[in-house]
Parts: sequence; structure tokens; C-alpha cells
Amino acid sequence: MTEIGLGHYLTLGAIIFSIGIIGIFLNRKNIIVILMSIELILLAVNINLVSFSIFLGDLTGQVFTLFILTVAAAEAAIGLAIIVVYYRNSGTIRVERIDELKG
Amino acid sequence: MIAHSIFFYTFSIIAIVSAIMVTASKNTVHSVFFLILDFISISCLFIMIGAEFLGMIMLIVYVGAVAVLFLFVVMMLNVAQQKNQWFSSEESSKHIPVGLIISTLIFVELIIVVGGWKYKPDLFDINNSLELSKVSNTHSLGQVLYTDYIHIFQISGMILLVAMIGAIVLTFRKREGVKTQSYIKQISRERSDGVSVLKVDSNKGVKIDD
Repeated sequence: MTEIGLGHYLTLGAIIFSIGIIGIFLNRKNIIVILMSIELILLAVNINLVSFSIFLGDLTGQVFTLFILTVAAAEAAIGLAIIVVYYRNSGTIRVERIDELKG
Repeated sequence: MIAHSIFFYTFSIIAIVSAIMVTASKNTVHSVFFLILDFISISCLFIMIGAEFLGMIMLIVYVGAVAVLFLFVVMMLNVAQQKNQWFSSEESSKHIPVGLIISTLIFVELIIVVGGWKYKPDLFDINNSLELSKVSNTHSLGQVLYTDYIHIFQISGMILLVAMIGAIVLTFRKREGVKTQSYIKQISRERSDGVSVLKVDSNKGVKIDD
């Protein structure tokens, strides 16, 4: 219990990943919170990579965490730009109103 | 070691609670603030287990750039007051069991993977391990990043460039009635467009715009 090992960090990553999945499914408010849930999922992946990298003594995990950080920032910028354009065109970003594709 | 576990449980409980509050809070601005709290506590965990550079980069990139971008968009779009209704409306209540089942399944699978996972006995290669005492985390990361992973590093720079151009192109719009510079007109302007040489008779003067 007091000895913090790799399993503790992996469990923390699993919990945050699951919370991100719940946030994508249960969100009825607006699509920005879905983007935030995606950020949470990427954060959980980063926790896994960093903890494996530290506990196994290989630096590759931290390098890839850096690249995931880059991609997450680019994804947030593009996603928010798309949301701004959608809001400008249709006046709402509520999730249940965005059904023009009839998916 | 007891201090390590105390810090781990503190920060991880803060991270989990704030992650729950990101998805559950009624106001979107509060969600963004809880996201910031989540990033800060996770970066504290990173610094604590020895990945200082990533913890600091996480603070700079996520809290300094991404979360501020989220906050800016939330305030600009005026969606902060749209209430979260996923407990009340019957349209959305059918999503709740599906989401709970799927996320619980994923969580159980991940825990099974963690619990049943064993090291390969020859995984700890002595040449492979970080020599933490000699060089700092940032130093060793830089030594790997700019030599072995230089191509991926440059490709990630290209990704950032494409994202920047994409965001600008998506949100750019031409407005009517606003005076802006026209570079094409400026560059293609010649002497004959602006200047005309007239032959002026004495004591007559010049009439312009005949």
C-alpha cells in the first residue's frame, strides 16, 4: 500500500481514461466538453508512457510523450477552430443539435 | 517512501476528482478550470517520479496554451450558461447506461491487463537504464531527442505548422466594408498609373480630372 509502484500509476491512467470515455458518452451540453474529454484521454496515455519510461529505465516513452503533447495541442487548435466556424454558421454547438449528417 | 506515497495519493485523488468534475460540472468555464487543475496535479506527479522536463512542458503547453485556448473559445462563444442536462432530459438518459457500461468494461480490461502483467525476466537491460545520477532528465532527453528522433521531431514541427495554417484558414473571413491592404494592387502598381506628365502652357495653369 505504501510502496508506490508501476501498477499504481497504470491504475491512475486507467481511471482517468475511463472518466474521459464517460465524458464523451454522457455529454449533452456542448461539444467543447467532448474535446476536453479527449484531452483527458490523451493525458491518461501520457501517464502510462511516462510511468513505463521511468520504471523500465527507457527514455523512449518520454520522447513519445513529447510528440503526443504536440499532436494534442495541434488537435485542440484545429478542433476549436472548427467549433468556432460551426458556431458562426449555425448559432449553436449543442451536441443533440449537431445532426445534419444524420449519423 | 511514506512521503512518496502520501504525495502520490494526494495528487492522484485531486486528479481523479477534477477529471470527474470536468465531465459533470454544469458550467463549461468550471469544466475548463477543473481541466487546468487536472493538468497541474498530473504534472506534479510527473515531476515527482523524475520526469521533470515533461512535467514542466506539460504546465507550459497544456495550462499555458491549450487550457487558455479552451477558456477563450468558451467565453467567446457564450456557451458557458448552457446548462448540463444529461440527468434530466429523457432524450439523453438512454445514453447513460451505454456510456457507463462501455467505460466500466474498458476500465476492467485495463485493470486486468495491469494485474496480470509481468516483466519479462531479461527486460531490465543494464545498458538500457537511465543513469539518473550523472545527467539530468532534460539533458538525457535532449541527447536522445535531437539525435535518434530528429526526423520525428521535425515532422512534429510540420504538424504544428499545418495546424496553425489550418486554424487560420478555417476562422478567417472576409468582411464587407472594411478597408484593408491589397497586396496585389500595391505590388502591381506602375509609374504610368500614378504619374502623368503634362505639357503646361505658361499663364494657363493645369486642369486636373478633365
